[in-house]
Order: sequence, then C-alpha cells, then structure tokens
Amino acid sequence: MFYRDNGELKTSYGADAQIFALAQERWAFIAFMVAAFAVVPLVADAYWLRAVLIPFLVLSLAAVGLNILVGYCGQISLGAGAFMGIGAYAAYNLHVRIPGMPLVLSLAGGGLAATLAGMVFGIPSLRVRGLYLAVATLAAQFFSDWAFLRLGWLSNDSSSGSVTVSGLEAFGVRLDTPQAIYVFCLAVVTVLGLAAKNLVRGAAGRQWMAIRDMDVAASVIGVNPVMAKLSAFAVSSFLIGSAGALWGFMHLGSWEPSAFSIDRSFQLLFMVIIGGLGSIAGGFMGAAFIVLVPLALNRLLPIAGDALGMPFSTAAASHAESMLFGALIVWFLIVEPHGLARLWSLARQRARLWPFAHGAGA
Amino acid sequence: MNMSDSTHLEPSHAREASAGVILDVQHVSLSFGGVKALSDVSFDVREGEIRAIIGPNGAGKSSMLNCINGVYRPQQGTIRFRGCEFGHGATHEVARMGIARTFQNLALFKGMSVLDNVMTGRNLRTKSNLLLQALRVGPSLREEVRHREFVERIIDFLQLQPWRKVLVAHLPYGLQKRVDLARALALEPQLLLLDEPMAGMNVEEKQDMCRYVLDVNEEFGTSVVLIEHDMGVVMDISDRVVVLDYGRKIGDGTPLEVRTMPEVVEAYLGRAEQPQG
Amino acid sequence: MGFFIETVLGGLMAGMLYALVGLGFVLIFKASGVFNFAQGAMVLFAALALARLAQWLPQWTGMPANGPAAFAVAFALAGVLMFALAWLIERLVLRHLVNQDGGTLLMATLGVAYFIEGFGQSLFGSDIYKIDLGMPKDPAFVLVSVIPGGVLVNREDFYAALIAAALVAALSLFFARTATGRALRAVADDHLAAQSIGIPLRRIWVIVWCVAGVVALVAGMIWGSKLGVQFSLATVALRALPVVILGGLTSVPGAIAGGLLVGVGEKLSEVYVGPYLGGGIEIWFAYALALACLLMRPQGLFGEKIIDRV
Repeated sequence: MFYRDNGELKTSYGADAQIFALAQERWAFIAFMVAAFAVVPLVADAYWLRAVLIPFLVLSLAAVGLNILVGYCGQISLGAGAFMGIGAYAAYNLHVRIPGMPLVLSLAGGGLAATLAGMVFGIPSLRVRGLYLAVATLAAQFFSDWAFLRLGWLSNDSSSGSVTVSGLEAFGVRLDTPQAIYVFCLAVVTVLGLAAKNLVRGAAGRQWMAIRDMDVAASVIGVNPVMAKLSAFAVSSFLIGSAGALWGFMHLGSWEPSAFSIDRSFQLLFMVIIGGLGSIAGGFMGAAFIVLVPLALNRLLPIAGDALGMPFSTAAASHAESMLFGALIVWFLIVEPHGLARLWSLARQRARLWPFAHGAGA
Repeated sequence: MNMSDSTHLEPSHAREASAGVILDVQHVSLSFGGVKALSDVSFDVREGEIRAIIGPNGAGKSSMLNCINGVYRPQQGTIRFRGCEFGHGATHEVARMGIARTFQNLALFKGMSVLDNVMTGRNLRTKSNLLLQALRVGPSLREEVRHREFVERIIDFLQLQPWRKVLVAHLPYGLQKRVDLARALALEPQLLLLDEPMAGMNVEEKQDMCRYVLDVNEEFGTSVVLIEHDMGVVMDISDRVVVLDYGRKIGDGTPLEVRTMPEVVEAYLGRAEQPQG
Repeated sequence: MGFFIETVLGGLMAGMLYALVGLGFVLIFKASGVFNFAQGAMVLFAALALARLAQWLPQWTGMPANGPAAFAVAFALAGVLMFALAWLIERLVLRHLVNQDGGTLLMATLGVAYFIEGFGQSLFGSDIYKIDLGMPKDPAFVLVSVIPGGVLVNREDFYAALIAAALVAALSLFFARTATGRALRAVADDHLAAQSIGIPLRRIWVIVWCVAGVVALVAGMIWGSKLGVQFSLATVALRALPVVILGGLTSVPGAIAGGLLVGVGEKLSEVYVGPYLGGGIEIWFAYALALACLLMRPQGLFGEKIIDRV
C-alpha cells in the first residue's frame, strides 16, 4: 500500500536500467546515505565506530570484491586474505618510503599491487576451475604468508613482519578520531561500491556471468574467456587490496602477517556466501552479519550460560561461533544460495504487494 | 505455412547458383580417441542460402557444426569462411568473424534474464573499457543504451517482450529456444548455425520458429546452416541439403534431389524398403 | 651423503603420512565427486575423541590408566563416533546437495569443517592432549655398514609410516578387488547412471564417508602421537591438498606417489634451497609444486583427464 510501483513508467532505456527502479527506493537510499555521512558520526560512540562500523565498511568492500570473482564470475578463490595483505603491505611501503606521499595514492597503490598479483595468480583459472583453482589460490595465500614474514624489505626489515602506520591525514584533515576515520572509509567504500555496481550491471558484469554460467557457450558468442577471467581477477583484487590497505591503515593501525592469513580468506568467503553470491548488496549484508554475530555471541552466551548454570569461557564462544558459521554456510547453500540478499529482495517484493498476497502477474 | 501439405511451395528465397560461397568445408576429418566422428566431409554453403544437414543419429552432424564453430579442431581438412581459413584461432574469434550458433542442449546463461542473455551477444561490439563502465557516464552509457535498443529490436522480432526481465531458467523450453536464437542474432552474424532448433517443439512452435528462420534469412540476408530431424521442415525451408551417415557425406543437393537418392533412403530406412512418395 | 639419505628417508616417512590423509580425500572424491574440505577437521575430531576417551574411560570404568585396554576401547568408540559423524554429514548435508556443482559442494564441506572443529572442541576441550602409542621415541642408526656413522632414522616416524602403508595397501586392494569397491568407482563416474543400475547411492556415500572417517582416525592417531592433539591438526588437511593434486584426485596410487613426492620434496627443498630464500619455505613448497602441476598437467600424475563437454 505504501510501497508501490504504480505509475513508475520508464521512458528511456537509461532510466530502465537504474540501480533503484522505484522513486521511493531512490529517496530511501539518498536519505540513508545522508544519515550515514552526517548523522552517524555525531551520534555513534567511539566503541561502535571502531569495533563495528569501520570494520563493517572495510570488510564490505573486500566482500564486494570477492563477490565479483566468486559470485559473478564463478571463479572460486581461497586466497582473498593474501590479496588484502598485499594491498596493505604495498600501501605501507608506498606510505613509508616515499616522503609526502598522499594517503589516497598509497591506498590506491596498494590496490594496484594487489591487482597485479591477482592477475598473475589468476592465470591458472585459464586452465582449471573448481577445486583445482581453489588450490592455486591457496598457493597464493601460503606464498604471501611466507613473503610477509620472511622477505624483510616488504615490512621495512621488521623481524616479524609487523608494521605500524601513524599520523595519517587525507585532504588536509587529520585522521586521528574514529569519526574522521569512519567518514573517510565511508567515502572510499561508497565510491568504490558504486563503481562495482556499475561494472556488474554493464557489459563487464554480463561477460563475467556468462563465463560463470557456461564458459564454452560464452566463448562461442564472442566473450573472450581470458580477458573476462583476468579482468574479474583484476577488478576483484583491486577492491580486495584497497580494502586490505584500509584495514591495516584505518582499522588496525599496526598489523602482522597473521592479520591476512587463511582464516581471513575463509571469513571473506563466508561473507560472500551468507550475503549472497552474485549480489553487490550481498557483500554488505554478509559483512554486517559476520561482524555483528561474534559480538552478539560474546554478549549473549554468558547470559545463556548463567541461565543454564554452565560457565561459558571465551574459548567456548569462539567454538560456538565456528559451529554457527559452519551450520549457516551449509544451511544457506542448501536453502538459499543467493543468501541474505535474495531474502531481502523477496521481502521487498512482498512489501510492494502488501496488503495483497499476489500481484497481477504472479 | 502448412507443414502437412504434400505439394511444396517453391521457396521464394532460393538463390541462383551464381551467388558466392560463404563457407567452404574441404575434406574434414575428426576423431575422438579411436572414434572417427567425421570422415572426409566436403560441402559448401552459398551466400544467403539455407543449408540443412541431416542424417541419422550419431551421423556426426553436431560434430560438423562444432568444427565450423571452432569448438572442435578437425585433424584433417580445412574450413574457409569467406575465403579465410580458420581453425587455429580461439573459439571466440570465430564469433568475431561473423559466425553465430544455437545449441542443441540450450547453453543459455541460467543465472541471467532474457534481456541480459541477449545483451551478452553484443559483447563483441562493446568498445568502452572497464574504467568507463565503472563510471557509467557519457560514452559508455550511450553505448549501453544503443546496445539495448538493438537488442529490443531482436526481442520484438522474436516476440519475447513479455519475458524480457524473466530469468531464463524459469521459461518453458520453447521460449528458451527462442532466447537462444535471439542471443545468436545479437551478434549480427553473417552465418547462423542452428543445432536442432525445432527439437522438442509442438506444431505451432515449429511453425513460429520456421517463420523466424525464414525472416532472418530474407530480411537480414543471413546464411543459415541448420541441423534438423523434421523432414517436413527441411523440405520446406532449406535450399540445399547435406546428408551425413556415420561421419561420411552420402548426399548433397536440393531437398527434392536428396530425398530420392538411394543411399539416403537406405541410411534412414534400410535396404529393400520402398521410398515414401 | 649420509645426511642426504637421512633427509630423503625422513621425507619418505613424512610423505607416507601425507599419503594417508590424501587417501581420505581421494576416497570421497572418487565415490561422490565431492572434495571434502572437512577431512582435516575430521582428523582433529577423531584425534580429540581418541585422546580424551582414552583419558576418560579409566575414570568412568576403573580400567588401568594409559593401558592398552583403555586405548583399544577408546579407539573403537572413536571409530563409532566417526561413523555417526559420517552418517550425519550424509543425512544433513550431502543428501540435499546432490545435483549441485563442485564449487557449491566444496564450500559446503568448508562449512562442515568449521562446524566439526567447533563441535569437537566444545565436546572434548581445546587444550593439547597426548596420545601415547607406546612407540619407541629414540632414534636408530641404520645402514651402518654402508655409510660411515650410519643414517639417523626416527623410529617413531618409521613405525608410523609402516602403519600408514599398511592401511593404504588395504584400501587400495579394497577399491580394486571387491564388489563394493567397484560400486564406488561406478558412483564416482556418474551418480545418475550408477543409481539407474540399482546401486544404492546414499548407502554408498555413507560407506565411503565412514571409510574416510576411519582413515581420519588412523591419521589423527599417528599425527596426534607425533605432534600432540591440538587445533593445528586440522590444518594437516591443507598440507595434504597438494598431494592429491600432484597424484591425481581420482587415483589411490596417485595419493601415495604424491605423498612421497611432497614429503621428500619439502624436506629437500627446506634443507638445500631454503637457506637462500630466508628459510621456512616448507609451507608453500608443496603448493608451488601443485601449481606447476596444474598449469602443465591438471589431472596430476595418475589422474584421469578432465574433459569438458559442450
């Protein structure tokens, strides 16, 4: 009743292909973005910003990147953590070794370094797929683990691969408060997220999906599989690498190689699966889920434990987390492979019809 | 067009023998392991004609199409398209040369809508690079709209308008076949390879599909190579026919010539049977 | 020279253990086309069950602690648990994903892995536990007559390799010679075709996962006695993955060959190449081998060629 698409007639193809087809949705999105930029920094406390919103933003970007590779192009990757790390360490080197290097350029440089690495490690995808490709991406992961630790020049000759950044500023604004960091991350993620959305709804996205759905047929209609797969790896790695640089610079401040280990790769993959394969919005939803659930478990389990008379240690919380995520992955893959994003779009469709149960075309 | 009519209309689209050859298949042989799928097959396709390839099951018809398409590489023989020999390039290069095809088993992109499936056919003509697409302004947006306009014309032509935003996996088989054809047409091909386009269709659907194939041939001048089992269709719409059996060519000529050739009759019906009138 | 032989022998023995874990992968992949990412988690679960049950049984029943009886019963109980786990995985996960593509199944087993890791540690605890197999831990010197000073061999590794080799041989025979083995191979080839000739698909899958569970149990026992039962056991599976790539995912002898290759290769590369690169290259050397293999011969040394049909 309130959420209708009556009277929404498009008079041009450009209008038909918009991200938000309904005027109501467009307004809602604009209002949401205004609130995110202007209201949240004034209202949210430092804990929420540091522990929830900033990691959510950065991991969303990484999840969107991984979704392009896994969800849109169908190339499985278990090495996303490594590409985050490459982005972080490359950005670090640019930041530290070039005096006066602008922060945004360092971050972009990190993304580009990850892009190159992604294209190199994406070469096996031209020959193999599925599990075999997963193994190739694991090779990238373990090699990077070793390189961050042992190749001293990557971490400015730190013995354990741990590095620190400080005194960051962008466009003349010092990024030393959670609010400033939050707004910066929000801006970067918004720009890159929109770019990603534009790519997937255009010719590039169609190429990637063609390769995913049937790559022999795709080449028969003129999609060059080499270009399509490598471009997917390139774009995906750029986003993941930029996210890695943001993660290190904005969220952690100082990090070690273990921040980008295989656990990070699995975490990103879980975000993509739970959020929904083949959906930009899904990357955000999956990231939100993965960030919030452990916090919720940490709060709720002790309460449940007290109620049941069983003490819950932090180890138990992390085991419960593993079990919950594992079970959810399986559940989503069986029941709704398109994840939370599909559930959300189904809910929106219901809302458009409400209070009716079926539409004219149903 | 009445399929059951035993007197055949003279195809108004028959081309004269002086038209140029668009596809030239010479002595092609193809083997898989020890199995010989094609043995020394030669035929040509003239510009603007509709050429049918027929034969019993397992005769090698799909393999022949796959060779023309660049999916399989024949061990012997050459295939020339407009005089250029190919077979060394990649499969997607063949599409670039102007050859499109539909598939027997419908290789549609199940995760995409009808519109998106057909739009992928425009990929070869998409010029804007990734960066421009990411920004989606100016040239790349205009190009996207132009492709959309072209695809909408094809959708109109094949009467797919009501389903343009529907996921192809949700469509019935007959409609999926039409989407397959639409996607091939989006390449603006000079040569269209159709692999059993009428398979699994009822009479009305077959009539529609025949109409579409004839319209494509007449309006756009597209040459067509078509594999088909329905003899009525073959007799009615094709200009010339190639008959394969066990990978060898056993007949080549107009439909009327071919259907009375003793080798062809034997291949389909066996020896000592009276041919149908 | 002696040192070289030592390194090679050590590599061969480690390789045998890799082969054992790799075998678990191959079995499940051969029979169901599923790559079981949860194999490592299963090894951990089995080892935890074994270690803790061996501790708890004496407390519950008054059997002598650290005695062979307690151990044997614990082993049997752990085996039963692995069967139950296999049955549950088939029932709750595999059955619902029958027609999905390999990528989906892989991610599903990843989810299963996480679940088993959390579940096992919740049930049995997450400290480091010991498994005592009563194997001699002191090294022995062999080939004293051939090489001056002899070659140092770790006796525990040697017996472990023997056990692994015996199990591997038994499984190879099982696959090649028995009717069930044939049925498993049919299923691996084509699920639907196998069903249509009356092979009970689900029962076969349960059997295979049970066998893989037993393999996990033996692997867990051996690795656990070597390294102690702790969470890092789960990553053993990741170490063994290149093994099956090299050997071929569908080949039992391939898993053996791959395991030995990786075992020897890792040790040799660490000793002779490692120092130039800063050390610690073991973690990625096997993967580098696998990567090279994927680029040149994706099906591995003994696997079947992967064919794409249009």
